[in-house]
Amino acid sequence: MPISRDDVRRIAELARLEIPEGQLERMREELSEVIDFVAALNRLDLTECEPTSFAPADAPLREDVVNGRRLGAEVALAAAPDREDGFFRVPPIVENLNP
Amino acid sequence: MAYEAVIGLECHIQLSTRSKMFCDCPAAFGNQPNANVCPVCLGLPGALPRANHAAVDAALRLGLALGCGVCNESVFARKNYFYPDMPKNYQITQYDRPLCEGGALPVRMEGAERRFDLTRIHLEEDTGKSFHPERHGDRPVSRVDFNRAGVPLLELVTEPVFHEPAECAAFLTELRRLVRWLQISEGDMEKGHLRCDANVSIRPAGSGGLGTKTELKNLNSIRGVERGLAAEIARQRGVLALGGTVEQSTLLYDADHDKLAVMRSKEHAHDYRYFPEPDLPTLRVSAAWIEDARARLPELPWKRAARLEAQYGIPAYDAAVIGDQRELADYFEACAALADGKLASNWVMTEVMRVLKDRGWSVTRWSERVSAARMGAFLERVAARELPGPLAKQMFAWMTDEDGDVPALLERHGVRVQSAASELLPLVRAVIAEHPGPAAQYRAGKAATLGFLVGQVMKKSGGQAVPQAVQELLRAELAGGADGE
Amino acid sequence: MSDRMLWKLPAETLAARVRSGAVAIEEAVEAGFDGPAREWEPRVHAVVHTEAAARRSAAAAASDGPLRGVPVLLKDNLCTTDYLTTCGSKILAGYRAPYDATVVTRLRTAGAVVIGKGNMDEFAMGSSTEFSAYGPTRNPYDLARVPGGSSGGPAAAVAYGLCPIALGSDTGGSVRQPAAFCGVFGLKPTYGRFSRYGLVAFGSSLDQVGIFARHAGDVALVYGLLAGEDPFDATTRRSAAPDVSGWESGVRGLRFGWPANLWAEGVDPAVVEGLERAAAWLERAGASRVPFEFLPGEYSVATYYLVATAEASSNLARFDGVRYGFRHPESADLRSLYTRTRSDGFGPEVQRRILLGTYALSAGYYDAYYLTAQRARARIRREYETAFTRCDFMLLPAAPTLAFRIGEKTSDPLAMYLSDIFTLGANLAGIPGLTVPVGLAPEDAAGGARLPCAVQLLGPEDAEPILLRAGRAIEMEGDATRLSRDHSREFAWPTKR
Ligand SMILES: [Mg+2]
Ligand SMILES: [Zn+2]
Repeated sequence: MPISRDDVRRIAELARLEIPEGQLERMREELSEVIDFVAALNRLDLTECEPTSFAPADAPLREDVVNGRRLGAEVALAAAPDREDGFFRVPPIVENLNP
Repeated sequence: MAYEAVIGLECHIQLSTRSKMFCDCPAAFGNQPNANVCPVCLGLPGALPRANHAAVDAALRLGLALGCGVCNESVFARKNYFYPDMPKNYQITQYDRPLCEGGALPVRMEGAERRFDLTRIHLEEDTGKSFHPERHGDRPVSRVDFNRAGVPLLELVTEPVFHEPAECAAFLTELRRLVRWLQISEGDMEKGHLRCDANVSIRPAGSGGLGTKTELKNLNSIRGVERGLAAEIARQRGVLALGGTVEQSTLLYDADHDKLAVMRSKEHAHDYRYFPEPDLPTLRVSAAWIEDARARLPELPWKRAARLEAQYGIPAYDAAVIGDQRELADYFEACAALADGKLASNWVMTEVMRVLKDRGWSVTRWSERVSAARMGAFLERVAARELPGPLAKQMFAWMTDEDGDVPALLERHGVRVQSAASELLPLVRAVIAEHPGPAAQYRAGKAATLGFLVGQVMKKSGGQAVPQAVQELLRAELAGGADGE
Repeated sequence: MSDRMLWKLPAETLAARVRSGAVAIEEAVEAGFDGPAREWEPRVHAVVHTEAAARRSAAAAASDGPLRGVPVLLKDNLCTTDYLTTCGSKILAGYRAPYDATVVTRLRTAGAVVIGKGNMDEFAMGSSTEFSAYGPTRNPYDLARVPGGSSGGPAAAVAYGLCPIALGSDTGGSVRQPAAFCGVFGLKPTYGRFSRYGLVAFGSSLDQVGIFARHAGDVALVYGLLAGEDPFDATTRRSAAPDVSGWESGVRGLRFGWPANLWAEGVDPAVVEGLERAAAWLERAGASRVPFEFLPGEYSVATYYLVATAEASSNLARFDGVRYGFRHPESADLRSLYTRTRSDGFGPEVQRRILLGTYALSAGYYDAYYLTAQRARARIRREYETAFTRCDFMLLPAAPTLAFRIGEKTSDPLAMYLSDIFTLGANLAGIPGLTVPVGLAPEDAAGGARLPCAVQLLGPEDAEPILLRAGRAIEMEGDATRLSRDHSREFAWPTKR
């Protein structure tokens, strides 16, 4: 599947990155080269290779207790680029739609 | 042409656990903004999630209560999208392998039981809260508070099984009762403990297919759900009536103005790029855990109402009212264990409910004031006719505000009650002796005269005799001992 | 100032002297800075964040333990409350973490003193430490060459003598490959043995913290201190970590796999010569060689670049200019807040990988790419399992070449990716890998400086004890004075204690 300029625009949009029109083609070529390369996987026999979780699964669930590593508002906000009276500040959220 | 609506609901239930879904910050929020956050729920670089056992257990209990199939191995997944109140810009949720699948919620509507099928129930984390644009000097800004970020949520999705807004309202009312009954959530829609989105489409009545559906959000009260759906169904009918076609879109319902606003149309549809959360192992729920959770389930509300009706012979209506609240039903049954069930339900339905209503008390608050044991003892005396009607009401009022059992309260308020035959018989005989005429008339079959004689005995007793008791004694006396001479 | 060459001492010895009072703790901590760093740090540029004052107070506060007074440099993607944590990226400019990574807490508990943060490819995406917002790190053996990457700073620092131990992170070879280029030991443990809490994530299912040291013994010492369950990382293993105290017990009777087909072509002869040398030493020490064919590395590279970038595209979404780090000044609306901050804050390689990963997960491509890669991963894992039924560990190159020239591969992403061809497999399979230096390669035709040469040992899950025994055997069998004789630079040290 060759990557088109529109593919690059679409995924850049999803990733919240802006690729200047000037660099679009170069990015398209670089991505296509990698994508062509990974096509090698299709030569691999993947029968009975089910995608499973690779994480060790013996860790217990966390008990429902409050303790810990709470930061408190001051520390939590210390690194914020923009903040005010205990809140993080961002440009206006107009599309108030949290899916 | 006649159209029918097809509606599916997507409900989010905020769990009342102590700590958050993936970190040990308090799940209680609302105090100082951004006070209850840690590296995990603030999405700091390097932080990792750890799933909360109690949240999984709550999901499990709800699933079992609704007859869902529980997956022994379910998977957390990342739902990727950018939003300022989402610390990591992905939400940890469950996608292709949820914890619970299938199941149904039974709902009583117009006396008949309806079962609404569910698709799934899965676990996820809540987002923070953003507060919407406010002018700030020259520029508008929004503010974000992450206290709520990471609070455990259950997402419950129904099949498209509703056709009327009223069905959806009934479903949500029953769901709210159930989560409170199971004590897994406060279930308050206004407070956001219970949230609801709806997928709505309409189709020619009776036809099999599905029309283009729209997503309706911001339905934050049961009434809002009903009215919002009605508005959207009307809107879609209107579009079709004008020969138009319904556009796939997301709408917000503004309850204050009963208006719909289109927020997002198809071209802005998201691509969430779900994939298994690599920071969390497969969620394993053993058969033993499932059985244990099942064993911990209380008798479910719809079953309990039916049992109350049958076991105590009380009217279906009373059973429904009492069975609506788990604490109330428990209280009633504790009373009914000591006194007659019908009598108990009468007093609970009328006097107790009135106090709860007038004083805005919870059942718990009430039972702290008047324990079921105390109430039961009182009802026993009422049943034994030891407290005349008006006095019983007075006694109930005293119990509501004062401590002490019935005798103590009578004592305190200087009330003597005569019901024992030993006390009353002399008075009864005296009255018969003093009023031979009426006595004779009664014997001759003029039953009405009994009332007169009862009145005389009451007078003699100074109002402290229990009328029912007096009546019985008079009857016995007049029936038996005919004049010797 | 120290004329006692404290900086040349193994961590264990240094700590012992500090604990006995023979050496003042400040002196131990500053040994590298007062010694080799004066000459080498300005040219090599291994360190990106350090403060003399912070080092002093850390030394003063150091607890008493097996690493008391031992200076340790951390890769810039390990969170600490002292020093910045910036992942070599502009997007984290000025970021100071409010907590210590679990591995850091364990180091401090053992008495180690964190001396700062080492340079790295931005967000660990690279194999040469050229993609850092702070500029490249250079290879101390040849300043015209790269130290490898992405943990190039910590590797170079240990190589020139700033500290006996450093921590890096290894997602696809980022500890083992730079260790090879810089001639030091580099261990990537079994997945789940070291906590990732506080390690800024790149590819969560592949990331492991790794150890750099000059001596097999120091690797064993640090492994013993860091390995173990962490309640803050649900992917750590609950079972007790294997005991590596037998690291000096030799390799007699062990079988090492020899998958010669992997280096039949496209591998630098000097690298192959190093393998032959190491194999001969292992045999001399009583191990036996088991030749077999192994799955070509190209499959691992393909699988890796889908899995790692997919996870990275999601892991790096949190860098948006809202809660911490860099925010683009002109971001009047949300969209530009995100796109400008990220496009300006991330370097080109990071953006390239985010795009690749986003593509691999996006609607319509998920099955063809991400899912296929996950299945390929299962297959690769099985290949290793099969191989380890025939041998106790495998001997193979850590990289196809010795340290390459700065700028040589920066313009060709794929060529750069291929330089990890021998290391990626261990991350995909979750198994441990150890890079072991085998001395200096002969001068090349161009007559450049002599470069470190190393081999890689791979074992099944929890085979760290075996890898360390084999690493130690090579360390012993190899001519003990090789480095110091072949190589007159001040930062050369004896391999034997
Ligand atoms: Mg959801
Ligand atoms: Zn938290």
